[in-house]
Amino acid sequence: MFSLLRSMWLVFLHMFHKRETYQYPEHKAPIPARWRGRIALTRDPDGGERCVGCYLCAAACPVDCISLQATEAEDGRRYPLFFRINFSRCIFCGFCEEACPTYAIQLLPDFEMAEYNRQNLVYEKEDLLINSQGKYPGYNYYRVAGMSIQGKDKGEAEHEEPPVDIKSLLP
Amino acid sequence: MATIHIDGKTYQVKEGRNLLETCLSLGLDLPYFCWHPALGSVGACRQCAVKTFRDEQDTKGRLVMSCMEPVKDQLRLSISDKEAAAFREQVIGWLMTNHPHDCAVCDEGGSCHLQDMTVMTGHSYRNYHFSKRTHKNQYLGPFLNHEMNRCIQCYRCVRFYKDFAGGKDMDVFAAHNHVYFGRHRDGILESEFSGNLAEVCPTGVFTDKTLKQHYTRKWDMTYAPSVCQGCGLGCNIIAGERYGSLRQITTRYNGAVNGYFLCDRGRYGYEFVNSSRRIKQAAVRALTGTDIGTAEVLQYVKDKLASGKVIGIGSPRASLESNFALQQLVGRPHFHLGMSDTEHDLTTLALKILRQGHVRTPSMQEAATADAVVILGEDLLNTAPMMALSVRQAVNRQPAQEAMNTTHVANWQDAAVREAMQDKHGPCFILNVQPTRLDELATVAYQTAPETIARIGFALARALGAPLAGINDLTDQEQQLVTQMAAALMNAARPLVIAGYGSACEGVLRAASNICEALHQHAKPSMLVLTTPECNSMGLEMLGGLRLDSAVDAVMNGEADTVIILENDLYRRLDKHAADNFFRRCKEVILIDHLYNATAEKATVLLPAGTFAESDGTMVNNEGRAQRFLQVYAPATTAIQESWRWLLQLGRVTNCERLRNMEFFDDVIHALTQQVRCFAGIEKLTPPADFRIAGQKIPREPHRYSGRTAMLANISVSEPKPPVDGDTPLSFTMEGYRGEPPSSVIPFFWWPGWNSVQSINKFQVEIGGSLHDGDPGKRLIEPGGNGQLTFFTDVPDHFVACAGHLQLVPLYHIYGSEELSVHTPGIAERMPAPYIMLSPEDARRYQVAEQHQLQVAVDGHPYTFMVKVNPALQRGMAGIPAGLPGTGIVNMPQMAKV
Repeated sequence: MFSLLRSMWLVFLHMFHKRETYQYPEHKAPIPARWRGRIALTRDPDGGERCVGCYLCAAACPVDCISLQATEAEDGRRYPLFFRINFSRCIFCGFCEEACPTYAIQLLPDFEMAEYNRQNLVYEKEDLLINSQGKYPGYNYYRVAGMSIQGKDKGEAEHEEPPVDIKSLLP
Repeated sequence: MATIHIDGKTYQVKEGRNLLETCLSLGLDLPYFCWHPALGSVGACRQCAVKTFRDEQDTKGRLVMSCMEPVKDQLRLSISDKEAAAFREQVIGWLMTNHPHDCAVCDEGGSCHLQDMTVMTGHSYRNYHFSKRTHKNQYLGPFLNHEMNRCIQCYRCVRFYKDFAGGKDMDVFAAHNHVYFGRHRDGILESEFSGNLAEVCPTGVFTDKTLKQHYTRKWDMTYAPSVCQGCGLGCNIIAGERYGSLRQITTRYNGAVNGYFLCDRGRYGYEFVNSSRRIKQAAVRALTGTDIGTAEVLQYVKDKLASGKVIGIGSPRASLESNFALQQLVGRPHFHLGMSDTEHDLTTLALKILRQGHVRTPSMQEAATADAVVILGEDLLNTAPMMALSVRQAVNRQPAQEAMNTTHVANWQDAAVREAMQDKHGPCFILNVQPTRLDELATVAYQTAPETIARIGFALARALGAPLAGINDLTDQEQQLVTQMAAALMNAARPLVIAGYGSACEGVLRAASNICEALHQHAKPSMLVLTTPECNSMGLEMLGGLRLDSAVDAVMNGEADTVIILENDLYRRLDKHAADNFFRRCKEVILIDHLYNATAEKATVLLPAGTFAESDGTMVNNEGRAQRFLQVYAPATTAIQESWRWLLQLGRVTNCERLRNMEFFDDVIHALTQQVRCFAGIEKLTPPADFRIAGQKIPREPHRYSGRTAMLANISVSEPKPPVDGDTPLSFTMEGYRGEPPSSVIPFFWWPGWNSVQSINKFQVEIGGSLHDGDPGKRLIEPGGNGQLTFFTDVPDHFVACAGHLQLVPLYHIYGSEELSVHTPGIAERMPAPYIMLSPEDARRYQVAEQHQLQVAVDGHPYTFMVKVNPALQRGMAGIPAGLPGTGIVNMPQMAKV
């Protein structure tokens, strides 16, 4: 008898608690920054594409829903000629983000991607590329490592000495 | 055999080899960099350290480099010893101090020996916190990319390029941690084998530049075992495809044929497959503009075949199966071999010599074991490049043996043996119309007319005891050369004679045969290599058919009016004017080919054929070895089919009795082996289409193939069913049996922990030996089959310069002389412009100098060329680049009026 009344009392008290239900879509739930939602391709601080087309995201993808073709620009930077994610297959596991050596591919706290037509879930590079550095501001792959590109010659990356003069006899 | 103990286990191993090879042969994993199975050991990288123990009581042991330590009976060693493992990890840590962190943008990544070895040693954390030295890169030509920062100083590149392949323009510069591998300044790497650097380099210093144009990682390509189409040698290749275009050619190890290497024509000449000149739709000229499908085209062809008098013209660059299907469709009396007259004569003669003679023709790896070489009228680096690499190894044989005898070092002690050898070469004689790039190896290199080369050859055969008439008009120098060659051949244990199509002179082939027959009389195990012009010239000749001339005659006489041409550009076989006349008289020209060429211009019906990458087929190389190439990928459009499949379909619509009940590849092979006896056994070259391992097909794609559910999603989000392969035991997907397939159908070399090409070690019986169930391919010609052939007695007449005329002789070019490879931009870049090469006397006589234009007339038709002068050329002769686009002259030698 007592436990019955206690339960009713507790339920009654809930009426005065803070509501956990959000009136979605009018109200959006706050999502943590590391939420694994929509995948985006970010840019480096200079505004260049971060993706160098290394194929590691595609290789890491357990459902094989990423396909791309790497190519090289005039200035020596590599970039994807096309970059396609089939979100109708994506399981939002985040392996691609973990595999990415340049912080280019990032999963954003955004899940509102539903479509009536499945074909619309195929995202091309134009759909994926965002005008932001995402979660890793300040990082620029080509300043840290990589080949020489226009504006960064050999020996100008971090922790690099100027190129060796191989004709010099000095030790 | 010796007994050795590795980590407490006992193994029976071969004596005389080094520990590294032995461990790898036993299937054990041991990291290494500077050692290469074809290059031997130098002990430079210190990566393969193991511990050896004095006896059972010894627990301390000592670290040794396993590549420098010979196998001894009762040797005790440990690979897993803690100290040895720590040492190896430390060494790779040092090697990596200056290695840039650029795997993401490195083309080697995913097939990188350095990555594999780093993982194998367990080195995972960088302890070096100072800055890295950097290097400037060089431009090395259209084939190789240079990224010197990645170098780990293993010295493999220079050891391959300089020591093994004889290149002169690459070396190591500077000292200590500044060492630099490259050219003295930017420029195109000259060696015909430079592309191998991409495979020899354990990391990404040298990478494939054509791959970079459409870069794809190793794990992302669809592969199939294939055979190179570049020349008559038939090197084994692996072809990789992605997104419907061919991406890369790599070496497919074959212990008998090409070993670990390929030439640059073979490696880079693949881009015709992706050419914009590909024929992609079946078309009928009369119905241009109307929208017709394959069925309508077949119907059209059926009507034409029913009403016309049909002949077929085969092709030395099409597979045996395609040629056979055409032969069956048109009937044997109407099947013509699509070879030019000279090529036909030379290949017929070569086949006759190989079949009826007593002398064995060696594979390329056997040829490399020769100890004396005579090359008659052949510029090997341009006519059969990989054979030149064998000759390079052969001329080292004698001095290397001497060095080993005097210094008592093993043959794998590369640096020691080369130091002891210095610049010594074994006997090698090169006779050609002009100097060749192999002449630097020659004891004597002599330049003269092909006829004179033949006469010297006959004199040599006589000097070796052949019952031939004497040749009295040789000069003193030539006479001396004959004596010198005779002595060298008699002293050699395994003499090798090389001749072939390069001289375009039958007398030279006969002379080569005579020399070998004479050596055979002395019971010498001599070897005779006869080169053939195209990838399937020998196979076509064995299949048999009428001459191309008779096809022209038949059309001109009105005996035929409808021609089916199989993968052939007749403008490369016939004189332009003769071909024009021929096509003018034909009512219907049905062409089955893959590239839009001059013949396609004349065709009334075009049927798009698959290239080697889209077809299954068999080819026979110059030694008579039948080899199978398998389809790499299914073409994007169903209109592109294998030539033989087109012909089977034509057979079906015309109710051809001879092609009844044939649908799949195996059916064609079965019929072929039934009808043409000399091809018996080729059905076993690869397992049949219904072959399964554990109920599964063999996957063409690696297990980490990516993008399956996205690559075609832009067309339709619903993934299409993968194409089904009814012709081979391979599947077009990544699903299937993951173990080791039979050697003939290995689509790619990969082994757990071994992602790079070095994984070949895991597929071999022993290092450098054959693949696990034998090297693929089957020799169809063995010597002494009937032993009818003894000696040719018809000595060709002396070459006489004719006033006002020049004898045109073909000069071959590795880049340019082959029909298909010139569609690769890099190869086209390295192709020479058409020229005419004159001797200085002739240049004076016709008052021209270098760079001038000279007009010559062949059969009354004028041709103008830029003049090159070569003092080595015989007076009265003129060299014309053979097969080069824009040259226009075929069927050399020919007389030309100036």
